[in-house]
Amino acid sequence: MNTSKQDGPLSVPHAALVDEWLVRWYFYVALAYLVLSMLGGLLMAFQLLLANPLDGIEWFSPGRWRMVHTNAVAYGFLANAFLGALHWAVPRLTLHPVGSRALSYFIFGAWQLIVLATAGGLIFGPSLQDQPWVMHLAQRWRLPMSLGAQALEWGETPFWIDPLALVGLVLVGWNFMVPIARSPAPLYVTLWYFMAMFVWTPLTVAMGNLLPEYVVAGTSAGAIGGLFIHDLVGLFVTPLGWGLMYYFVPIMLKKPIWSHGLSLVGFWGLAFFYPLQGIHHFLYTPIPMFLQYGAVVSTIAVELVVATVVINFFGTLWGRGRTFFDNLPIRWFYTGMVYYFITCFQCALQVTLTFQKLIHFSDWVVGHAHLVMFGVFSMWLFGVMTYLFPRLLHRPWYSQRLCEWHFWLSAAGVFIMFLDLALAGMFQGYYWASLQPWQASVDGSQGFWQVRAVAGLMMFGGVLCMIYNLLMTVRGVPAQPEGSIPSVAALGSG
Amino acid sequence: MFESKSGILFVAGIGFFVFAFLSNGLLPMVMYKDLPEKTAEEVVNDRLVRLFRDLQDRWPQPFAAAFGDLPLPQEVPLEATPQQREQITQANAALEARVRAKAAEVLRLGRQVYIGEGCWHCHSQYVRPVSNESRRFGPVSRTEEYQNELQRPVLFGTRRVGPDLSREGGRRSNDWHAVHFFQPTLVSQGSPMPRYPWLFDGAPDKPNRRGLALITYVQWLGSWLPSFPYYEELEEVRGED
Repeated sequence: MNTSKQDGPLSVPHAALVDEWLVRWYFYVALAYLVLSMLGGLLMAFQLLLANPLDGIEWFSPGRWRMVHTNAVAYGFLANAFLGALHWAVPRLTLHPVGSRALSYFIFGAWQLIVLATAGGLIFGPSLQDQPWVMHLAQRWRLPMSLGAQALEWGETPFWIDPLALVGLVLVGWNFMVPIARSPAPLYVTLWYFMAMFVWTPLTVAMGNLLPEYVVAGTSAGAIGGLFIHDLVGLFVTPLGWGLMYYFVPIMLKKPIWSHGLSLVGFWGLAFFYPLQGIHHFLYTPIPMFLQYGAVVSTIAVELVVATVVINFFGTLWGRGRTFFDNLPIRWFYTGMVYYFITCFQCALQVTLTFQKLIHFSDWVVGHAHLVMFGVFSMWLFGVMTYLFPRLLHRPWYSQRLCEWHFWLSAAGVFIMFLDLALAGMFQGYYWASLQPWQASVDGSQGFWQVRAVAGLMMFGGVLCMIYNLLMTVRGVPAQPEGSIPSVAALGSG
Repeated sequence: MFESKSGILFVAGIGFFVFAFLSNGLLPMVMYKDLPEKTAEEVVNDRLVRLFRDLQDRWPQPFAAAFGDLPLPQEVPLEATPQQREQITQANAALEARVRAKAAEVLRLGRQVYIGEGCWHCHSQYVRPVSNESRRFGPVSRTEEYQNELQRPVLFGTRRVGPDLSREGGRRSNDWHAVHFFQPTLVSQGSPMPRYPWLFDGAPDKPNRRGLALITYVQWLGSWLPSFPYYEELEEVRGED
């Protein structure tokens, strides 16, 4: 195993490995997209409360911003933040710089163009849809798709962006595979996850964006759509997230991962069972029932695998429990892991046909999605950023107290949202099944939606705390004399 | 294998992914290969044409501005010779084909508006065989219903803030839909659906091209079923509208 994951001196100088400017800027733009995305989420939350301040304005249509919300999180926030973290972790772990620094800068620029073009396409595309020249082109080239979104969740990226994004992902893979290929085997766990992800993500994106649009329609396209939605979480976000955990947690706890065997079980179990589950998004559809059963069984199987991973990480924490309180990134990471276990446990229940009768199509699913995407992966990335910014900026955080506010508002906000929406989902399911007028389910949801809006504002407030804190840190404003909060003071100034 | 680069790349990376794709993606494709995929022209039916013509009758000027005039079939005079009769019938058939082609084009546009405005994020398009859904919405969804060009990608949907729409066609008038898209709360009190004034030229009786297309698309949903239009049998399900 590689010794470089210890926080000690590297045998190759850090400056030759990591381009700190790039890591910083990946994090900056990621946070900018996160704000954009959260604004979209708030717009939708207020629309449901019949209190949309931008009501009736075409370019702020909640329907379009609903898609900006999810896409900006996946491709704007998560992808950029992960790329930044990869530019730090992979070279330091392999002791080789990325394949090409110029290519890194090109990918950085091109990826921002792709994300902005996606947002632009989603917002402005539908307005141009009925222009004669658009209709003419669509007919001439027999393009079945719309100029704006494509009708696949997370695959809404307009059709002309898909091939560009695909090329971008292949380039990303090459750029990071070079240092991995140069480092001697056996590889550390983190790199298993990263390597597999470099293969999985382009395959997933190609499958989901091209097949249901160009090759096959109807029910079987639904099966592929399910695979796509699920693989994007399971084969893109999840391996990156766990890869970073396997990298950062031992560094911060200054001890190796508890069990190598469980690491193996975790990786190979995830690799085998995760891709098999997509159809569980469409239970009770006309997709053949035996395939639905298969998806249910493999979903429950992967939750057992997840349990081994979580056990492994808590085994690592064993004897160092104090760091959960004394070290803010560790607290981010382990809170995220607790939430991860909760989501996965929830998943094992909700994936069964019994639960599906009740909660499918309801807010339960929305709460689940927020707990995974925000409560787990975003919180892990916040932890990584909290740890790395003092090192990237070579100065301590401006305000330790704001770092704590960021954590508590995020952790509490997302958990309130999760509980609230899970409950809302059950109410909605019973309203629908009881054959009351549709409006009863909407009226009955209003209270839950109010709580959800408050929870969303808490999460947003947390992110604003972080951004303000970051802004002051970047500007070099002297750190606040607020006494020492050990969890942040422990991070030092890099 | 478990920690080697080639094992991770080829077995976990490519191998497992391909296995999952074959068993979960390709298999249903192969199973349904004998169900031909219909074009938009092929899914236009008489019921849709009737509702499509109704749009023109209600709003002649906005309709003409958007799609031009739909030709009306010629009446066959009583005194017509069999030869004339034949000629007129043929001409009428040609007219009808043109109207249908137009309806197909409008359906395509309507579906694009439906997708672009994100309708499918709050409205599903499948009726499940559980939770009394067939009593509320209509017949349970079947595979054949989705084997057409307008289900590329399929619009199953994932969330129901509003009701399922796959049996919505013909339930309500074109007027109702126009007012509803213009301002949902006018016909559906307390509805959290956003309004879409940009599908109109300032008033609910002046739908523009996108507005007309979206109404056409929604009226098409479920028009292929024998039960069309499906009204909820239960008084309490029907609610106030």
